[in-house]
Amino acid sequence: MSFRARHLLGIEHLAPDEIRTILDLADQYVDLNRRTIKRTDALAGMTQINMFFENSTRTQSSFELAGKRLGADVMNMTMAQSSVKKGETLIDTALTLNAMHPDLLVVRHGASGAVNLLASKVNCAVLNAGDGRHEHPTQALLDALTIRRAKGRIHRLTVAICGDIAHSRVARSNLILLGKMENRVRLIGPPTLMPAGVAEFGCEVYDDMAAGLKDADVVMMLRLQKERMDGGFIPSEREYFHRFGLDAEKLAHAKPDAIVMHPGPMNRGVEIDGTIADDINRSVIQEQVEMGVAVRMACMDLLARNLRAERGRAALGTMV
Amino acid sequence: MTIYLENARLIDPEAGTERHGNLILDGGVIALVDALSAPKGARIIDCGGKCLAPGIVDIGVKVGEPGERHKESFRSAGLAAAAGGVTTMIVRPDTTPALDTPEMLEFVTRRAASASPVRIRHMAALTKGRAGREMTEIGFLLDAGAVAFTDCDHVVTDTKVLSRALTYARSLGALVIGHPQDPGLSAGAAVTTGKFASLRGLPGVSPMAEPMCLDRDLALVEMTGVRWHADQITCARSLPALERAKANGLDVTAGVSIHHLTLNDLDVGDYRTFFKVKPPLRDEQDRLAVVEAVASGLIDIISSMHTPQDEESKRLPYEDAASGAVALQTLLPAAMRLYQSGHIDLPQLFRALSLNPAKRLGLPQGRLAEGAPADLVLFDPDAPFVLDRFTLRSKSKNTPFDGQRMEGKVLATFVGGQQVFGPDQGEAA
Repeated sequence: MSFRARHLLGIEHLAPDEIRTILDLADQYVDLNRRTIKRTDALAGMTQINMFFENSTRTQSSFELAGKRLGADVMNMTMAQSSVKKGETLIDTALTLNAMHPDLLVVRHGASGAVNLLASKVNCAVLNAGDGRHEHPTQALLDALTIRRAKGRIHRLTVAICGDIAHSRVARSNLILLGKMENRVRLIGPPTLMPAGVAEFGCEVYDDMAAGLKDADVVMMLRLQKERMDGGFIPSEREYFHRFGLDAEKLAHAKPDAIVMHPGPMNRGVEIDGTIADDINRSVIQEQVEMGVAVRMACMDLLARNLRAERGRAALGTMV
Repeated sequence: MTIYLENARLIDPEAGTERHGNLILDGGVIALVDALSAPKGARIIDCGGKCLAPGIVDIGVKVGEPGERHKESFRSAGLAAAAGGVTTMIVRPDTTPALDTPEMLEFVTRRAASASPVRIRHMAALTKGRAGREMTEIGFLLDAGAVAFTDCDHVVTDTKVLSRALTYARSLGALVIGHPQDPGLSAGAAVTTGKFASLRGLPGVSPMAEPMCLDRDLALVEMTGVRWHADQITCARSLPALERAKANGLDVTAGVSIHHLTLNDLDVGDYRTFFKVKPPLRDEQDRLAVVEAVASGLIDIISSMHTPQDEESKRLPYEDAASGAVALQTLLPAAMRLYQSGHIDLPQLFRALSLNPAKRLGLPQGRLAEGAPADLVLFDPDAPFVLDRFTLRSKSKNTPFDGQRMEGKVLATFVGGQQVFGPDQGEAA
């Protein structure tokens, strides 16, 4: 087993071996989660605080469930309507919470790098649950686990990521993870939603679904946010669906056994056709949600182990 | 008092030479170059073979008076300047409120004169409130001592307003300083677009925003005939337009900040907000092209673009953090990187730091000649040190060079023949 990190801030700093360690452990938690008795005591006595500066139902409940199944005391703080409104800075909020001695902080924030900043000010393990357009590491890990279980491997696959790449932290984390695991990554989307210099990441960039999806093993759709649809980035919702929405006709360009993924929540009829999303032979969208809990359990378990080891070393140090 | 500076390596940017020699300072001016012996009663300072150059004339220093004195006062900026070898600070009008009336100019001029050990000259806003709608009282402001007119980083978007202001400024012979960065394209940007910006998920601006706005400004300069200076030219793509404008005889000069000459976009690293400046740091190709342009003289002036920000403005997520870096005290050691790397020799460097800015503003400083003001900096270009930002004299400590190894220490600074920094006035930084 190898996983040495203190925080999980992004995929960027993980080694392929560490990614495999997380996925292997997550596999075990998938089995556990399918039993009637789902609890372990891996985090017994530990305190997990979920700080969500951006509203989220899915990710927050996934983290909450993961923490509870590991036996941690979980507290949810919806930061959007709390001290931030009163003018408190991010660092002060972090220091306030730090004084309560949490063991795991799960943070989502609207600004890229905000979670890194926060992690530098606290002495517990920090999990990035999404920061701005930067990274969303547990999403990429749960996607990897879903792919590995569906395809039997997470290397040498052709993965197409489609949609609003520019504003997507999910796309960034996936791009980095899939690259580290030696997959062929294609990015498909209108050029207005494609970040600059992205071709230098070692992926192929397309603005045509038919060409981009050709012979893909995995088709990953991204959510198009409502505020991007008003003519600023794309002309209209219907033109976007016509050119980039995933329907049976476009999916036919991918391999016959290609799987379809979406991080949710979906806009049916905008980026994905409803019948594709519901096709149990192609869509693994529900599995992604299931894997999410298991992957988050694995990440928190591993971080807690490192935290205990670190505190153990520190305690030994003071005795000497 | 007469001062005899002996055994110095004289850096003469005007002649483009450096040589060994002695100087006599008397009555606030350089009385004799290449003196053979000390005059009677003079204070003798042995320079120990170190470099003696005209003091730096720094165009574009931000001082927080009025409005943000907690970030920087004339006193703290002046002390930092003295310790950094800056003998004349050309102060920006992007204060709160903007410096846009002759009354306010008179007020800050009085405050500055009593507080600062180095010379301070003021620039005034080109439009009222830097709002880009109505021109300021350019004539009155000139009479009150404004050396140039600029809206700093507020770009006047209404070209009719701008063309009238430039035409009016031209009739008075005023120098106008522009900030050629297209405001639409730059809106919301924290870094320069590219692989790094995409990886960090930060909103970026294409470097093309600069040549785009430069082209517009140069067309207006050609149309109006105004004396014009670009505050910061930071990318390769801007250089051909600048070269063309100069070749066509437009009265145009350009500057660049020391940060764009010595740092690149990758230095931002893990969201280090002290590296957030305006315009954002460029990639290495652009940096090298701009260094080359300074060496060739296409870019005339190097400045500190000293912008003090308190800790609270910088201890924020990168997108939300304020822009700017303090640089009065790090300008010279950072510039030594260009000398140490062999890109630019010392006379060339002081042409860009002292001679050219003084000439552009019509000031007598910047020369190592008899009769020139005795504004000098004595420095050791090779002395190494590790910068600790808390040793800086500025009230704000937001320097990107914190913890970095640097070479080049200011040993003494003279303004008008008086020593304002040196062993007797406090330890060199």
